[in-house]
Amino acid sequence: MAARKAKKLMQGNESCFEGAIYAGCRFYAGYPITPSTEIAEGLSRRLPQIGGKFIQMEDEIASIAAVVGASLAGLKSMTATSGPGFSLKQEGLGYACMAEVPCVIVNVMRGGPSTGYPTGPSQSDVMQAKWGTHGDHPVVALTPAYVQEIFSETVRAFNIAEKYRTPVIILYDEIVGHMREPIIIPEPGELEVIDREKPTCPPEDYLPYDRRLEVPPLAAFGEGYRFHVTGLNHKDDGFPTNDSKTIEEGVKRLIRKIDNNRESIWKNDGYYLDDAEVVVFAYGSTARSARRSVRMAREKGIKAGLFRPLTIWPFPDKALKEAVKKARGVIVPEMNLGQIVLEVERNCPGMAVTGIHRVDGEPINPKQILDAIEKYR
Amino acid sequence: MSTGAATAKKQKLSVPFDYNKYIRKNKLPHIWCPGCGHGIVLKSLLRAIDKSGLTKDQICMVSGIGCSSRTPGYVDFNTMHTLHGRALSYATGVKLAKPELKIIVTTGDGDALAIGGNHFIHTCRRNIDMTILVYSNAIYGMTGGQFSPTTPQGSMSTTSRYGNIEPSFDCCELAKAAGATFVARGTAYHTQELERTLIEAVRHKGTAVVEILDSCPIYFGRQNKYKSASQMMEQIEKDGTIPAAQAEKLPPEEVKGKLLRGILHRVERPEYCEQYLKLVEKALGKGNE
Repeated sequence: MAARKAKKLMQGNESCFEGAIYAGCRFYAGYPITPSTEIAEGLSRRLPQIGGKFIQMEDEIASIAAVVGASLAGLKSMTATSGPGFSLKQEGLGYACMAEVPCVIVNVMRGGPSTGYPTGPSQSDVMQAKWGTHGDHPVVALTPAYVQEIFSETVRAFNIAEKYRTPVIILYDEIVGHMREPIIIPEPGELEVIDREKPTCPPEDYLPYDRRLEVPPLAAFGEGYRFHVTGLNHKDDGFPTNDSKTIEEGVKRLIRKIDNNRESIWKNDGYYLDDAEVVVFAYGSTARSARRSVRMAREKGIKAGLFRPLTIWPFPDKALKEAVKKARGVIVPEMNLGQIVLEVERNCPGMAVTGIHRVDGEPINPKQILDAIEKYR
Repeated sequence: MSTGAATAKKQKLSVPFDYNKYIRKNKLPHIWCPGCGHGIVLKSLLRAIDKSGLTKDQICMVSGIGCSSRTPGYVDFNTMHTLHGRALSYATGVKLAKPELKIIVTTGDGDALAIGGNHFIHTCRRNIDMTILVYSNAIYGMTGGQFSPTTPQGSMSTTSRYGNIEPSFDCCELAKAAGATFVARGTAYHTQELERTLIEAVRHKGTAVVEILDSCPIYFGRQNKYKSASQMMEQIEKDGTIPAAQAEKLPPEEVKGKLLRGILHRVERPEYCEQYLKLVEKALGKGNE
């Protein structure tokens, strides 16, 4: 009989860096910011123990830049931040999208706008995650809600980043980031770990941005493929271009590589959805409250269900449409003044969509959501 | 005796050099304007690299945004053209991830000292091994001639129509104060001297900053009434500078107003990646948890 695996009491931010290590992350660059600092602190201790590199940079901008540099040198790389730091990273995030450099950016969401409420939870960066950097670009963002899930979603974030040569954002709020829950660290091999595809062709034939491929393989610097990387619109060989056809096709390929693979990037969780007449659409810690509300509603005989996206971008439109087929209404609780509710409205035409919003630094409690559900009694 | 040695050195440097070994010929013509010194600097750099014994695979050239930052696109190394001001941060990531690579950063006065000022001082402070070439032409050329942190006070630019009221930075003093362990100044006019300086800079273990005075006749020259590119080079780069070794022997009034050339500062201090290796030993000594 196999020994039962020991559970470990762990904080969300700890689970995140342990998940990163499990996924093969060997480079971290960051800058201290509440409430994500524990990730940097933990990796400054852990990475040197396992042959990894940790550096505290002079600011948030430098951190994402170093992460992209390290990834191009061949290491799986990550940075973590919160609200204002995430704003500062936007230009670097765009560069990673454009240059197609795999990396993971954690944003432990805190209250805003501006410096806002550093120690308070929030979910007000979901739209920034999608639209924060300029230009048309692909975005993948994951929204774990449990400490165990932060571990597995961090692994999944690295897998998506490596597989599709794209930055992946992990968005969770301060509540999940600082919550302590028992978790089981998976054994090596238990979770899938994906490494980027490297070129096998002769260096002179290598096209790091080959438009004929959905995701061209990525060489590492110093391994014989002396390629060029730029944030400018570029040709298949990576060098800048002013040719309008090449520009258009290049940008469209960026979008397409995520769009065409949405099915494999999407991940959702459902609770009592099969016969749900009222669907709560909730993510992160708010989904934990919503789950309780749904159970309370069911006890009262109301057919409520929970739709919980773990991938918030690309938006899970297909699964949501399926989930609300029998519903009379959708309730969207979120710790902001109405962000993802707009996306839900857009995807549920003709349906009553109600937002529950809160920006006072307090979590949305189950009673608040239940009150909204009860209107469907 | 010393004169003889210098002559021998000069002869050795003037052997015809095949730049094609390092140039991505299919990326030419370059974007630099007629009269710009960037190409001259690049040639000195390539000759210096050739003498360093490094292979093309061992070199990673990183740049930010601006005219000088287009350099990596033309050379056959591992190359990266990044965001405005951030070249040193990207380069830090590459270097720490793969310390066996030799990092060469090409940047400009605006890129390195204005938008990238914070990264510049902290890179120098860390003393991470990289050679930083600051092409200093005292103007933002790519955007059409705005004043930069090295534009002399009083100069005209498209954003200082009544003369620049800001004092300028001394890039070398800044680098030295911030902790760079090799600081030098060269010019596009003194090509062989620049080559010798760059040989030493590339050879140096730690952060090496070389400010290279370089003229922008199109955007700085025209607005400030210089007659030609060559006149600018003579006035700013030749007559406006003096070798540091020579300056030491002259009375202060003869040196006044001139910028010093040559290696201005060279010290030994532990390099960042080597320090990191020591940190790893400590971490392993403590054992895994």
